[in-house]
Order: sequence, then structure tokens, then C-alpha cells
Amino acid sequence: MSALIAPGFFSSGPVHTALIVGTAVAVISGPLGVFTVIRGQAFAGEALGDIGTTGGAGAFLAGVGPVWGFLVINVLAAGLMELAGVQRQRGRDLATGIVLGAGLGLAALFLYLNTTVHNTTGAAVTILFGSVFSIAQSSVPIVVVLAVVVLMLMAVAARPLLLASASPELAAARGVPVRLVGFGYLLALALSVALCALTIGAILSTALLVGPAAAALRLSRRPGAAVVTASLLGVGAIWLGILLAYDSYDWPPHHQGWPVSFFVVTVVFAAYLLSGVVGERSRRRSRAHARPAVSAG
Amino acid sequence: MTDAQQPIGQDILSVNGLGVRLGDRQVLDDVTVQVRAGEFTGLIGSNGAGKTTLFRVILGLTSASAGEVLIAGRPRSRRNPLIGYVPQKFSLDPDAPLRARDLVALGVDGHKFGPVRPSRERRAIVDEMLDAVGGREFADTRVGLLSGGEQQRVLIAHALASRPRLLLLDEPLANLDLRSASEVVALVAGIAREQRLAVLISAHEINPLLPVMDRIVYLAAGRAVQGRTEDVITSEVLSRLYGHHVDVLSVHGRILVVADVGPQAIDDGARAAAAHVQIIA
Repeated sequence: MSALIAPGFFSSGPVHTALIVGTAVAVISGPLGVFTVIRGQAFAGEALGDIGTTGGAGAFLAGVGPVWGFLVINVLAAGLMELAGVQRQRGRDLATGIVLGAGLGLAALFLYLNTTVHNTTGAAVTILFGSVFSIAQSSVPIVVVLAVVVLMLMAVAARPLLLASASPELAAARGVPVRLVGFGYLLALALSVALCALTIGAILSTALLVGPAAAALRLSRRPGAAVVTASLLGVGAIWLGILLAYDSYDWPPHHQGWPVSFFVVTVVFAAYLLSGVVGERSRRRSRAHARPAVSAG
Repeated sequence: MTDAQQPIGQDILSVNGLGVRLGDRQVLDDVTVQVRAGEFTGLIGSNGAGKTTLFRVILGLTSASAGEVLIAGRPRSRRNPLIGYVPQKFSLDPDAPLRARDLVALGVDGHKFGPVRPSRERRAIVDEMLDAVGGREFADTRVGLLSGGEQQRVLIAHALASRPRLLLLDEPLANLDLRSASEVVALVAGIAREQRLAVLISAHEINPLLPVMDRIVYLAAGRAVQGRTEDVITSEVLSRLYGHHVDVLSVHGRILVVADVGPQAIDDGARAAAAHVQIIA
């Protein structure tokens, strides 16, 4: 045990903060990720993550915590994507791409200003790739509150959102306000991606959003189980990532620790590959159960 | 025929003088349709004839510029539990974690906000609906993995779950092979008889519906004619509807509608008739 968990792990303040923030973020990534995959809006999630760079860099320039930058820019971007027609199946990628392009232009300016004015590239690395150990303890309450709000929203809207995601036509016929539910989902996605960006970096945030969900979809057939599985896989990846990163302070080359985000993303990817093997096996079994071989003719 | 003697109930669907304009196009013009309880009505027309628009107006998703729609004698409203609907467009990724049973359950309470509370009652309704469409064996399979015919059955079970009195099916046979199509038709006809449902089913092909259809609504260029099949599918009625001469032939129990599309026949009616006939024949 002591070989795996380096001494001081449980008494370290940054580790506590990292575990709390990481767990909250991984839990909400489960439901959001599963719906993102069902709705085919992974590109919107990826775009929101990338645009987060602009917010993070802007926040650094303004001298406020990055979490505020991520949140403000993502909610703004979600609103713009909605206005540009992200709900229409056909205009979806175009609307996302237009907003993404505009946002990244600003990110280029802000990151440039950060490097020249502050004469450091540290901000850029933190914003792009995250640094869960350097999250300010003061950010913990806002992260936890937002995570709880997002989770409650998802629980309340679960059925209409599932129906609207499976078939907008069926949902509309049943009187579900499809457009409103879609926008509510997009806002929840924007908040989740902002929190993901804080944890593992703006451009890696999709990995935590989509990765565990994609693995969970291979493992479970029912919506509730898929959501829970995705959340659990995400939490597992965050914990293991933080643990390995903490251990890596003893590793070469500089004994300064490897980036946490690298470990988290690697664990998520490994879980995805593994789920393919496990999922394929159980699928074959369930199909054999459900449909006994019918003799030809 | 014994149609006239059948104990047919009140009008469940009553569309009177309906007109719909979308932009500057008159999509439906003075359309009148009645469907009574226990009656199976086919809505026949080519692509673009206005079938989906008519369904959307009945569902309250598109507003009419003229006329009225009554459901069981009352003005239609959005989220009308008396209407069960099977949309034309449905595709779900095979990876989506939604079993047939889950989609049917969403027919019970999918429009409701609030946390999900699985109950024995909800489960019993789902099982009953799956049984009604013969879907028990694939109840636990993901919807995206089912065949076209199986998906139609699940969608019908979903539509039945709110215990409607009117069932609207938009082109349910469009992507099915002949055998699945006739199975779906027989299934819907059986359910309509048993539960005394009013059924309005759209199709661009008339023949799969012939064995079970009580009445027909023939839609062309936004206008409609309703009546018993043998009264509507005649050269006179259809020629008047298309505004161009068409012939109705019966070959081996199948109906063919044939238009004269010689070089001199280039008016709109001929084009509409020709476009349709290619599909129907």
C-alpha cells in the first residue's frame, strides 16, 4: 500500500482540494457526457472546452480566479451557439464552429498578452492543460454548489431530456418544450465543461466529459445505469490520476511531478479500451440470450 | 361490403375545411377528414402532398390558417393525451443506452419533469404495451440495434402507452420490406379493432393497406378526397383531384394509378400525377 500511496498524500492541502473538486466534476460529467453522446453533441462539448481557453486567459489578465473566466465565457458561448442555431440538427456543427472560431481568436490575443505582460508561459500551460493541485481553496465552494445545481437540473429534466434526445418529434408531440430543454442542456453542458476545464485544462476537458460516458455506453444498456457507470468511471480516473501525479514527484527527470491531466486522460482512455473488451463479451452473451438461433428457412 | 353495417362510433378526429400556408405556399387547402372510433383510415399521397403537415396540425405543432381540428369533439390542444403518434423520422444510434422497454416507458410519463420514480404500475403498463405489439422478446435490447420492423413495433407501443383514442402513424411502412410492412399493418389493424382506436396512417403506397383499410383520404397538391376505397380510387375522382386524366387499373389484386404523360401533357396536374404514379405503381 505504501508503495502505491506516497507518504503525505492524505495530509496534503492541495490534494484535498484536488480530490473534492475532481470528484464533483467527475460526478456531473457522467450524466452530461452520456446525454452529449446520445444527442451527438460531442463537438459542442469540445468547442466549449476550447473556448474556455479564452475565459481562463482573460481571467488571468484581469487577475481573478480562472474558474470565473471559464464559467463566464462558456455560458456566453452557449448562448451564442443557441442563437446561431445549434439546436437544428443541420446547422449544429456550423453554429458551433463559428462561435469556436471567434472565441479562439480572443484566446490567441489573451494568451499573447499574458506571455508578454507577465513574461511567463505558466499561465498558458495551466489554462490549456490544467493543474488540479494549484486550484485555489477559495474555488471549492463555487465548484461544489454548481455541481449540485447541475446534478439537480439533470435529475429534474431527466425524462423530457431523454425523450427529446431520442426523438425531438416524439417529444414535441408529447408537449415537451424541445427547444427549451435543449437550451437547458446546453447551459448545463457549459457549466460542466467549465468545471472540467478548471480540473484538467481547457483543451482536455472533453476527455473527462466524453471518455467515461463513451466507456459506460459500452457497458450498460439502460440510461440510468449508463449515467451512474460514467460518473463512477470518471471519479475513478480522477482519483487514480491524482494519486499517480502525487507519486510522480519522486519520478525522473526533475522530481517535480508529472502533469495530473496526463494521468487522468490516460486512465480514461485505458478504461475506454478495456470497456470495449468487456462490453463486446457481455453483448455477445446478451444477444445469445435474447435471440435463440433460428434455424434457416 | 359490410363496412356500412359496422357499428362505428363517434368522430374521434374531425378536420373541417383545413387550410395551411407555409410561407407563400398553400400546403393544405380546404381539407376535410373524419375518423371514427374503431376505424382504420389510410392517408394516401405522394411525397410533398401535405401528409406530414396534416399530422403536425392535428398534433398542434403547426397552426392552421383556416378551418378547425376537433379531437373527440373538442378543439385540439398541445400535449393531447388522446393522440398517440408514430413519427416518420426516427433513428437512434446503436450505442444509445435506451432499451425498447425504456422508450415505451417514456410513452407513459416522458413529458413529465421531476425525478424518475419507477413503480410497479409503470412497469405493468410497459409490459402490457410490449405484449400488445408482440415486443416482449426484444424488450431489453437497445432500440438502435433493432430492425426497422421491430423499431416500428416499439414506437407503436410508445404511442399506445398514454392510452390514446386516436393513433397517427406517419409513413410507418416507408423503410420496411414487404413482409415487415404487412405485419405492421395487420398489427395496427388488430389493435385498432380491439381497443376501438381511430387510426390515421399515411403512406405513399396504397396496396399494403388495402386489406384492412375502412376508408381512405387521398391527398394530392394540398387537396383531399375522403371516402370508401372503391369510391375514391376511381379514374373520375382522382382525375378531378389531380386536374389531369389518370386511369385506375386493378392488376392481380393490386391497384395501379396510371397517368398519361405524353409530350403534350406538361401541365402541373400531369406532373403531379406522373410523379406520384411512379411511386404508387
